[in-house]
Amino acid sequence: MIETLQQRVNADQGLVRRGRYLTTTFLLEVGHASWLISIFEGRIVQVASGPFVMPSSSFALRASEEEWQKFWSRRPPPGSNDLMALIKRRALKAEGNLQIFMSHLRYFKEALAKLRTEGAAA
Amino acid sequence: MSAKFEPITGRYMHLDLFGRPHRIYVEEAGEGTPLLCLHTAGSDGRQYRGLMNDARVTSKHRVIAFDMPWHGKSSPPAGWHDEEYQLTSVQYTTMVLEISAALELDRPILIGCSIGGRIALHLALEHPEIFRAIIGLQAGAHVDPYYDLNFLHRSDVHGGEVCGAIVSGLVGPDAPDKERWETLWHYMQGGPGVFKGDLYFYKLDGDIRGRVAQIDTRRCPLFLLSGEYDYSCTPEETLAVANSIPGCEVTIMKGLGHFPMSEDPQAFLAHLLPVLEKIGRR
Repeated sequence: MIETLQQRVNADQGLVRRGRYLTTTFLLEVGHASWLISIFEGRIVQVASGPFVMPSSSFALRASEEEWQKFWSRRPPPGSNDLMALIKRRALKAEGNLQIFMSHLRYFKEALAKLRTEGAAA
Repeated sequence: MSAKFEPITGRYMHLDLFGRPHRIYVEEAGEGTPLLCLHTAGSDGRQYRGLMNDARVTSKHRVIAFDMPWHGKSSPPAGWHDEEYQLTSVQYTTMVLEISAALELDRPILIGCSIGGRIALHLALEHPEIFRAIIGLQAGAHVDPYYDLNFLHRSDVHGGEVCGAIVSGLVGPDAPDKERWETLWHYMQGGPGVFKGDLYFYKLDGDIRGRVAQIDTRRCPLFLLSGEYDYSCTPEETLAVANSIPGCEVTIMKGLGHFPMSEDPQAFLAHLLPVLEKIGRR
């Protein structure tokens, strides 16, 4: 499912435009599984699946599979509807160079919400 | 297409606050019992546009919202360019009391959201005689910082973008897009460091956990309304406050978030109107 992120993000012209100054690679961890997601000027150019020996990334977002599944559900319950809500509950760990994450916070929130069940609000 | 005007009028008030001259923007609509409205951190009085445009409210209430200094169309005081803005409990209390007195409001109903809900608790405790009733929206006694607040004010992160993005998930899932993005736009328009300066009160200086149970609702009725999807001030935190204050009435608003009056005015009014009616019957 994570691999569909590339197509889902790149198909949203507004999202890509808002990310036009964003070029980075970040690590996404869903429980024990991990992905390196590479972005070039707002477009996702690669979603590489782990495990990795020496993953190199600007920052990492880590949460349990259960927490991500709630976040990606069609209508997430209170406390699971937003990355900051997960961070507040200490369910999501954001680590690394968070200037990149925070300076493009809307982009990352909307990009990761693209993995919600079809028909769900971004 | 013909132009249509809303019944809201705005004026600039000149008033000394904390020993310094201030220019403060005040909006109002309606006639009747004064209803003084306090906006959230990093936003402005436009959050109350829904109340000011609803005849069910304005037929019986004079609805007044001011932009706090540094916010909206209110200016920061002269000399601001060399200062770091930080809101304190003492300043906030003084501001509300002085502005209410300057407008010659006779025992207004006070309604405040988020930081406005927090100062509402302070005022309910310390100045109950001034108000006819107090309505706290998204009011909790304390919120621990849950992100590095410095990101709200640093030159390598766009302040408007980050402030809007930080709070975007606090809007409930059912909010109409128009009102959701209007609400976020206000955040995107805030001045550098203003949202962060407000949060100094919200997350550090304004902690009232140790005293909130001393609020006496016989001296001033207290109503708390909180949105289900608020993860900044959670329903549990509002319920904890309500349960510690005898006589406090509490409503958890299904589907709403942290900005009920602005993100979904119609849904919010369904909860607010019965409260205003109850206050009116007293």
